[in-house]
Amino acid sequence: MTSLAIFGADLPYWAQSLLRVLGGAVAVLLPAGTIVYLFLFKMMSFMQSRLGPMEAGPYGSMQLFAEVGKWLQKEDISPTRADKRVFRAAPLVVLMSTFLLVAVVPFGPDAYFTDFDAGVFYMLAVSSISTLGILMAGWSSANKYSLLGGLRAAGQLIAYELPMVLSVIGVVIQAGTMNLQQIVVKQNSDEIFGWNGIGFPYILTQGIGFLIFMIAVQAELTQTPFDMPIAESELVSGYMTEYSGFRFLIFFIAEFATAGVFALIASILFLGGWGVPFSWFGWAPAGSHEIDNWMNVGGPLIMLTKMMVLTGIIMWVRFSYPRFREDQLQRFAWKVLIPVSLVNIMITAVLKVAF
Amino acid sequence: MTDLVDRQKLSYIAAQAADARLNVELETEGMTLNIGPQHPATHGTLRIIVRLDGEQVIWAEPGAGYMHRGYEKLTEVRTFPQVTALVNRIDWLGSFANEVPFILAAEKLMEVEAPPRAQWIRTILFELSRIANVSLFLGDLGVQLGAITPVFMAFRDREYVLNLIESATGGRFHPNFDRIGGLKEDLPAGWITETKQVMKKLRNFCDEIENLLFGNEIFQSRLRGIGVIPAEVAKQYGLSGANLRASGVDWDLRRDQKIALAYDKVDFKVWTHPDGDSFARCWIRLQETREATKIVDQLLDGIPSGSVMAKVPRIIKVPEGEAWVSTENPLGEMGYYVVSKGDLGPFRVKIRSASFNNISIVPWVLRGVYVPDVISILASLYFILGDIDR
Repeated sequence: MTSLAIFGADLPYWAQSLLRVLGGAVAVLLPAGTIVYLFLFKMMSFMQSRLGPMEAGPYGSMQLFAEVGKWLQKEDISPTRADKRVFRAAPLVVLMSTFLLVAVVPFGPDAYFTDFDAGVFYMLAVSSISTLGILMAGWSSANKYSLLGGLRAAGQLIAYELPMVLSVIGVVIQAGTMNLQQIVVKQNSDEIFGWNGIGFPYILTQGIGFLIFMIAVQAELTQTPFDMPIAESELVSGYMTEYSGFRFLIFFIAEFATAGVFALIASILFLGGWGVPFSWFGWAPAGSHEIDNWMNVGGPLIMLTKMMVLTGIIMWVRFSYPRFREDQLQRFAWKVLIPVSLVNIMITAVLKVAF
Repeated sequence: MTDLVDRQKLSYIAAQAADARLNVELETEGMTLNIGPQHPATHGTLRIIVRLDGEQVIWAEPGAGYMHRGYEKLTEVRTFPQVTALVNRIDWLGSFANEVPFILAAEKLMEVEAPPRAQWIRTILFELSRIANVSLFLGDLGVQLGAITPVFMAFRDREYVLNLIESATGGRFHPNFDRIGGLKEDLPAGWITETKQVMKKLRNFCDEIENLLFGNEIFQSRLRGIGVIPAEVAKQYGLSGANLRASGVDWDLRRDQKIALAYDKVDFKVWTHPDGDSFARCWIRLQETREATKIVDQLLDGIPSGSVMAKVPRIIKVPEGEAWVSTENPLGEMGYYVVSKGDLGPFRVKIRSASFNNISIVPWVLRGVYVPDVISILASLYFILGDIDR
């Protein structure tokens, strides 16, 4: 696990950087595209007894390209009284947060962009940058609905940052590290009471933490039932109201890319990341702690599968639930999620010391 | 009941406190927000001006009239049979129900009565338009609260009802089928068995909506105890229909008045709810949709044979006089006060449409609630823009 090497040759630094940037773009846009197509267009349609897009390509598979083409052709309008610079920067800030998030995600034993020890800390920090972008968009649009949406987003994301952090702490205590790569390796090589049949995915012990994390992710992504910042029936899409053209497209892509990236992070923290829970799978001699090199190819595919399952759950909830009211959401965060996650941390700490 | 009234009073006090805060203590500025005329929650072009302190409503005022089409005036230059084509467009989701009270008023003036078969078919179509109207409300309710799936189910199953109305009358949305003295045509062959199957589907739809929406905890927490209208207030503001019954007033024109429709031949329950909150209003409508399917089933079983048209002259001249007929329409009480001077057309028609009175309570009920509740209360009051503006 040293520097990036392809076909046995060490690449110069600029080539490594270029590859990583391209890889990052693919890692953000590819999941976003598949999620939009599979879940937004198709799963939603089938749940609502309709076919969804069918014209562009076989079974509408090229629909996303048609959508992107449409949005790119539209005029980039900013309202007269808008704070122009902030208004234009806001979608980019939101997308930036997603790109920064994907930087710490390990896709395989050597397939990662950066690998540093404060990974969990960094991940939690940059994920809240998107709040800033949403607040910027809401404020600078010079629209009352957008302002209400932006302020709701700020209040909501502050309330849900805390349970998210607290639910991850349980994992950190159990793994004894904040390095995401180490957390993955630990989950796949640990033993449960001396039995190493399935490794030790932390969902087994941190099930409550996983649940809280997924609820917080749902709120962080502003998906139903926590979509008050957008609330198309009340606030007419909230902070996105005034956006058009490619800036709207960036919001649209960022929403789904962030859903994918959070699903990746959840799979790393709780489901064993790029490994599969079988002791003979992916390890050089079965049961040893040496990782096979081909996991650099297999790992990303396994991650993608886990991501699809988790985003499927996120979208499923999104399409079947009505939304909370703002005060009910705050009450839920402060009175239910935070106490439960604190208790979870306490129990985890006690058990960690005991075993 | 008293508990809920107390809650309403508390929100009043909260609103007054917010008002005082605005003016004196903190020197913060309130925000005036126009919900509408173009807003998805207003089903058209209703404008609701709300003054906000944060997200709390200090006062609210509905501004109607953006879609005024002048039907009362237009009726004066139409002949009696032509009026039905106009009034079809008042409550556009349950069009046939708009024609019936007008035709009944004209029949009352002319002292003719439709033959039994026509009366039964009228009642069946009346209830079908109720189902077509309220089933869309049940789906739209989800959209207003953020759940997008129910509305597609509503459109899917409403389609069956519209197909039935189309095959019987020739028009999906605006049948224009009712005539003075009866109906335009008899029912087509096979319509009765088809309708029975559709009613079964609609009952399934009601069960689905009940499971998907009404059983949902978020849905309940969004609607229970919100927008409480006590019975006295509801009466004072002239609410009618499900909005009134949800406040615990047992009042249904279908049962309570003697009219030339077949409601006295069937056995049905008038649902009421003691709470008077948004949830009660939605729940009443769900039960009424179910009840309507049962009414249709009973009517189909006992439909009499015979002609669908009484003997009326070719050129209809309504004798001089005044008549008032109102019926229990999908949205509430709808009535026509028809004045005739013995001409081909009416001299004056006053239309009493349910939604216009139902939204008059908006300033009262919106005081002190939060912006998301504004939407859910408006959704539960259920108005159709055409029914407000005419």
